[in-house]
Amino acid sequence: MAYKVLNKEEIAPSVHRMVIDAPDVAKAAKAGQFIILRIDEKGERIPLTIADFDKEKGTVTVIFQEMGKTTKQLAKFSAGEFLEDVVGPLGTPSDVRKLGTVILVGGGVGVAPAYPQAKAYSKAGNKVISIIGARNKDLLILEDEMKDASSELYIATDDGSKGHHGFVTDIMKQILDSGEEVARVVIIGPPIMMKVGAGVAAPYDVEILVSLNSIMVDGTGMCGGCRVTVDGKTRFTCVDGPEFDARKVDFVQLMNRLAMYRGEETKAVEKYDEECRCGLH
Amino acid sequence: MQELNGEKTVKAKKERTPMPEQPAEERRKNFNEVALGYTKEDALAEASRCLSCKEPKCVEGCPVNVDIPGFIKLVCEEDFAGAIEKIKGTNALPAICGRVCPQETQCEALCVLGKKGQPVAIGRLERFCADYERQQGVKVPEVPEPTGKKVAVVGSGPAGLTAAADLAKLGHKVTVFESLHKAGGVLSYGIPEFRLPKEIVRQEVEYIEKLGVEFKPNYIIGRIKTLDELCDEFDAVFMGTGAGLPNFMGIPGENFNGVYSANEFLTRVNLMKAYDPEYDTRVRLGRHVVVVGGGNVAMDSARSALRLGAEEVSIVYRRGEEEMPARREEIEHAKEEGITFRLLTNPVRILGDDKFNVTAVECIKMKLGEPDKSGRRSPVPVEGSEFTIPAEVVVIAIGTSPNPMIFKGSEGLDQNKKGTVVADEETGATSKCGVFAGGDVVTGAATVISAMGAGKKAAKAIDEYLKEQ
Repeated sequence: MAYKVLNKEEIAPSVHRMVIDAPDVAKAAKAGQFIILRIDEKGERIPLTIADFDKEKGTVTVIFQEMGKTTKQLAKFSAGEFLEDVVGPLGTPSDVRKLGTVILVGGGVGVAPAYPQAKAYSKAGNKVISIIGARNKDLLILEDEMKDASSELYIATDDGSKGHHGFVTDIMKQILDSGEEVARVVIIGPPIMMKVGAGVAAPYDVEILVSLNSIMVDGTGMCGGCRVTVDGKTRFTCVDGPEFDARKVDFVQLMNRLAMYRGEETKAVEKYDEECRCGLH
Repeated sequence: MQELNGEKTVKAKKERTPMPEQPAEERRKNFNEVALGYTKEDALAEASRCLSCKEPKCVEGCPVNVDIPGFIKLVCEEDFAGAIEKIKGTNALPAICGRVCPQETQCEALCVLGKKGQPVAIGRLERFCADYERQQGVKVPEVPEPTGKKVAVVGSGPAGLTAAADLAKLGHKVTVFESLHKAGGVLSYGIPEFRLPKEIVRQEVEYIEKLGVEFKPNYIIGRIKTLDELCDEFDAVFMGTGAGLPNFMGIPGENFNGVYSANEFLTRVNLMKAYDPEYDTRVRLGRHVVVVGGGNVAMDSARSALRLGAEEVSIVYRRGEEEMPARREEIEHAKEEGITFRLLTNPVRILGDDKFNVTAVECIKMKLGEPDKSGRRSPVPVEGSEFTIPAEVVVIAIGTSPNPMIFKGSEGLDQNKKGTVVADEETGATSKCGVFAGGDVVTGAATVISAMGAGKKAAKAIDEYLKEQ
C-alpha cells in the first residue's frame, strides 16, 4: 500500500503544497477534516489538515511548514514518489450551514485549513469575510484562492509589507465593531494567535470557533494523546474536534501540551540536518 | 519456578516442565521475548504428562474448543506437523494464543492433573507446535470453491482475524478493514514485543492473506464509509472493532505532560517502536514511572517503562494482589524484573511544575470493604493517609471502552449504556440485519482468546446466514 505524490511545490519559504493520490480519502473528505500520514516504515504518524480535495480526481492536498524532522523530510519529496500511509478523513467535519455572515481568520499555514472552509461556507450561501495574515508578504499563502472563495478578503502582515500593518485580529475587531452582523467567527492558526483572537472576539455576541492541532498518534480516539480541556472537560481533538468553542478552550494547557516533545524534536532535527550535510541521506 | 506454589510433596511426574526464560536481570534491559519456548525434549516430557482423558475437561475450558488431548497425543508421537494441523482445525492463531492466552483460568484450570498437582502446560505445548510449524514453513490449506458471497470484517484484531480466517476457509470472499497502518489490532499496538513478537503477528496475518482474505489498512469505517454503506456492498458484516477508547480517572492534573493512557504509551512503544532510535516516534522517559491499574495492560506498561530505562517503576492498584485481574505469570514476571507493587493505593491527584510537566502522584491508602458488583471486595479510602510518589511519567491503565466512531451513520444498531454493541452471545447477531459483532466491542475489554471465540462463533453464524440468503 502506498500513496503517490502527484505534485509538490514550495508556495512560500519553507511552506509546501502537496497533492496526494488518495481516492478513498478524497471521496469522503469534508471541510474541517484532516489526514495522518507516515513517510516510511520508520516514520512517525503526523496529522495535517486537508487544504483541498478533488473527489473526481481522487486527490487530497495538504499544506505544511518545515518544522520538525518529518516535515523537513516531507519537503524533499517530489512528484512521482510515494508515501507509506495516508489515513483519513479524520475529525468531525465543520458544521457548515447557512448562517449569514461568517468571518474566517487564517494565520500563517492556518490559511490552508481556512480555504476549504471558505469554499464550503460560500457554497452554503453565506457572506464570507476572510482575513489572512503572515509575518511578511513572502510568507502569505493562498491569497488568490481565498479571494475567489470569499466575498471579501483582507490581508495583514506583521511587518506591514502587505495589507494592514499588524495582526489579523485587528481587522477582525474592526469588522465586529463596524456593526456588520456576524454569525460566526472561525479562527485558525498558531495556538497563540487563536488564543489572542478568541480573547478579542469574546466580548461580541458571536459564535467563535477554533481548529486545534494537538499532538496525536492514531487520530481515531484510541491513544487519547490529543486531549484538550474544553469547558472544564477532557475532550479528544481527533474525534470530538478539531473544532471547538473558542471561549471554552484551555489554551494554556494546549500550548504546554504542544511543547511536550520540543526537546526531542530539536535533537531529531539537528541529527537529520547533520546527516543531510554528510550526504548520508 | 513460579508455578510450584509450594507443591513440594507431589511426585516428579506431577510437576510441569519448566519454561526456559531470559534471566530477569538481562531481560529487564531488552525487548526480546521473555519466555524462550520449549525444546523438543521439554515438549515431549510435558506432553507425556497428559492423561488423555476420555471426557476431556480442558476442551470445555477453551473458548475455541481446541482438541487438546488430540494434539498432545500427536506431540507424544513426535508428529508435530499433525499436532499443529489439529490445533489449526479450530484455532487460526496458535502462536499468539500459546503466548498470551490466560491458560491458567481456561483450559489448564480444568485439567484433571491440576486437582492434585500441576495441570499440563497446554499453552506452552501449543506454542511449541506453532513455533515448530513456523520454522518448517507454514502450509496453507486448500481453500474451497468460492461461494460468491462477500463479507466485510471491520477491525483486524483477534476477533476480526479469526472470523476472517474461518469465513475464508468456507469459501466466502472476505475484506478486512483496519484503521491503523498495520493489521493485528491490540496484538500489534498493545502487547509488547517481549511477550508477543510482532514478527509472529505479521506471519499469522500473512497466513490469513494466503487464505484469500484482502486487508485494507488505513481504512476507517465510520469516516471513509459508514456501516450502512458496507451493508449495501457486502452480503454480511462482522464488527470486531474492539474497545479502543482509553478510560481516564478524571482526577486533577491528568492532562499534564507525561501522563499517558496505556494505549498511547504502548502504541508509541510497540507499533511505532519508540524504543528503537532508528524510528522517529518518541515516548517520554522518566526516572520514576507510575502505572495505574492491575491488569495485563498495566503489567505490560510497567515492564515496557522499565525496559526504556526507568529507575523505579511502580504499579499503583486500589485493591490487593489477589484481586488483580492480570495473569499470575505476568505479575510474577513483573516482580522478578523489579517492578514495585503499591497495592491498596489509589491516585487522587497528579502534581506538575509550571511547565505542566508531571512531578509526582498524590495517592491515598485504601482498605477492602464489602463485595461490589464484580464480586470483589470494594476498595474504600483510608482518610488522612495521603502520600506522594515522585513521577515524571504516569501511565493510566484502567480499561477501555468501545470507540463510538463506528456508530456514525449506522441505523438500527442497538448499543447498551456502556457503549458496547448488543449481540447474541451464541451467534454474534446484532439488531441490524446482516451485521454480526464479537469481541471487546460486545463484551468490553476482555482477553484475546475470548475475542477469538466470539469471532469463531460469528463466522459460523454468518455462514449459516449467507446460506439462507
